[in-house]
Amino acid sequence: MPALNIKKGSTSHSAYNLRSTFSEVIERHTLAVVVDNEAGVLARVIGLFSGRGYNIDSLTVAEIDHQGHRSRITIVTTGTPQVIEQIKAQLGRIVPVHEVHDLTVEGRSVERELALLKVAGEGNNRVEALRLADIFRAKVVDSTLTSFVFELTGTPEKIDAFADLMRPLGLVEVARTGVAALARGV
Amino acid sequence: MVVQALRDQGVDTVFGYPGGAVLPIYDEIFQQNDIRHILVRHEQGAVHMAEGYARSTGKPGVVLVTSGPGATNAVTGLTDALMDSIPIVVLTGQVPTFMIGTDAFQEADTIGITRPCTKHNWLVKDTDALAATLHEAFHVATSGRPGPVLIDIPKDVQFATGTYQAPIKGGSKRYQPQVKGDLGAITALVEALETAERPLFYTGGGVINSGPAASQLLCELVDATGIPITSTLMGLGAYPASGDKWLGMLGMHGLYEANLAMHGCDLMINIGARFDDRITGRLDAFSPGSKKAHIDIDPSSINKVIRVDIPIVGDIGHVLEDLLKVWKSRGRKVNREGIAKWWAQINDWKKIDCLGYKPSAKTIKPQYALQRLDALTRGMDRYITTEVGQHQMWAAQYLGFDAPNRWMTSGGLGTMGYGLPASIGVQIAHPQALVINVAGEASWLMNMQEMGTAIQFRAPVKQFILNNERLGMVRQWQELLHGERYSQSWSESLPDFVKLAEAFGCKGIRCADPADLDDAIREMLAYDGPVIFDCLVEKHENCFPMIPSGKAHNEMLLGDADTKGAITAKGAVLV
Repeated sequence: MPALNIKKGSTSHSAYNLRSTFSEVIERHTLAVVVDNEAGVLARVIGLFSGRGYNIDSLTVAEIDHQGHRSRITIVTTGTPQVIEQIKAQLGRIVPVHEVHDLTVEGRSVERELALLKVAGEGNNRVEALRLADIFRAKVVDSTLTSFVFELTGTPEKIDAFADLMRPLGLVEVARTGVAALARGV
Repeated sequence: MVVQALRDQGVDTVFGYPGGAVLPIYDEIFQQNDIRHILVRHEQGAVHMAEGYARSTGKPGVVLVTSGPGATNAVTGLTDALMDSIPIVVLTGQVPTFMIGTDAFQEADTIGITRPCTKHNWLVKDTDALAATLHEAFHVATSGRPGPVLIDIPKDVQFATGTYQAPIKGGSKRYQPQVKGDLGAITALVEALETAERPLFYTGGGVINSGPAASQLLCELVDATGIPITSTLMGLGAYPASGDKWLGMLGMHGLYEANLAMHGCDLMINIGARFDDRITGRLDAFSPGSKKAHIDIDPSSINKVIRVDIPIVGDIGHVLEDLLKVWKSRGRKVNREGIAKWWAQINDWKKIDCLGYKPSAKTIKPQYALQRLDALTRGMDRYITTEVGQHQMWAAQYLGFDAPNRWMTSGGLGTMGYGLPASIGVQIAHPQALVINVAGEASWLMNMQEMGTAIQFRAPVKQFILNNERLGMVRQWQELLHGERYSQSWSESLPDFVKLAEAFGCKGIRCADPADLDDAIREMLAYDGPVIFDCLVEKHENCFPMIPSGKAHNEMLLGDADTKGAITAKGAVLV
């Protein structure tokens, strides 16, 4: 056979090793997706993300219209601008998906998350935890002689900050809901 | 109720295989004569037959299989149809609703398994919702970008009686894809088209999916503007191969002139293609100097891999109609001088004769076999299916397609074993036509049990097997990229295909001498029934031209093609 100008035995020519021509800047976007609340709809959305290798930073879902059986899924995702565009287009293709909103680009929006944090401790640590909770406007929703459960609402950053402060004071367990978000104004 | 819904959707043929969980539907099929049931030998075959039926008629193909293994065997076909945008409706039986989740006999999570390989799927738990779901399924499969859908019907739902709902006009309200393109974008494309010096149409399977009207409009547009056109594997036939603006297929094994035109154009008009990696090669060197327009019904296809300048979301037929209207109303302008120079350049590239090969008097070259097949069947009412591999690329290169819906091949998924069942599906839809499956011996063996189906239903499909006793494309890659270490790429212990044909009850023909080939092909064409044609070809032939993966369009290998002195190194060169 004729010699070809490819290094013999080379595997660097794989078809799947294709470099993208797009911007590589990673952005964080909050998407609001309104769907029919039918069996398997969440699996379709999550399957899309895992199947195509997209990231999910946080995901919340609940029915918002009981008569119309509509649910709202709020997804916080990261990716290059091109990946974000693809995510939106791919979400739009799913049959039970009605609306896809990118709250990050469609103007200003509010984002809130709820967290429950269990802090165990005695003496000064306990007092300090309560004092900081007051500053963060966290509510005490459960108390024993050696522990508190705080309820805190805010941006993910605020919850991160509070959790960081609680860690040396005896943070035991955290439960977070993930982000819910709405566009500001009408 | 299922049969009534199929009837109301205009279904005349169902490809299927019975089993415990679909017996009630099979009982209904037994008691009627409107819908013909084609009994397959394996569920994968049923789906490929439905694909062949759908691709050659433009109507959705319908499949009926049982739960568990019936459904899982259909998965390859579903994925194939999803990748190539073929409208398929698959009905699967399921264990009764009260047994779901108990690991019942022949239970599988069909909806879960098929969710990523269907456009949409449904589990029907209420008989009253069954009819509406079936109608919605047909609507989803055929509208927008077509694709496979699946409806999972538990056995108790099949037995129960419910209220039937007739189909609603216009289909389901919740799924209505955009078909009209944005006029502003269409005008922008016309403006670009009027001034472009080196414009090029790059068309794909979307043109064929849009329907025969889209192909006609495409021909009108190409012929009126004089702009050259190339197409993907899936788009062959939308513009006739005999047309004088035709450059041939592009891509990894596309023609030299088509790929260099893609590399050198200044305006690329993508119509219903998706910048697949077999087309683009290295992305950062893909058509570097061109403005790119992209017409596609699926918004997610746009800007997926290649950033385009003029995106148009809409159905090809509608968009091309508007495009022609706008272009005509603005005075039918094109840059005649620029395009004439462009053609001169293209004609220069054509002189390379990239499909040339060394003929042989002793062994049949696969290219020669296909050229003879093409010559001897020209003018006939001909449909071609293929398996996957070298023979598929050679068929795309050497057979000419002058009309849409006549070329059925597994493009996106590359499913070996597709061609034989697909050819049966085509033949069922077109009983009088000549249907040929161009195959390789290894692919063909993957679904050869379907010969039984061909014989039972008197489908006179011609199986034209280019037998090189190798997994030819695998062998070629191993030669080029893996140091000629031919790991597991030969076909050992092959059956005697002529005796195999006799065993199935059809005709077998073997040909090994180029001098006998024409007569052997004529014998195959003259036989009124299925034929297995064992064409023994050169064993080490490579498929050229070839863009080695990870390379750009202007870095094609012409291999041992007759390059007429244009190429200096030993027959195989980077251009």
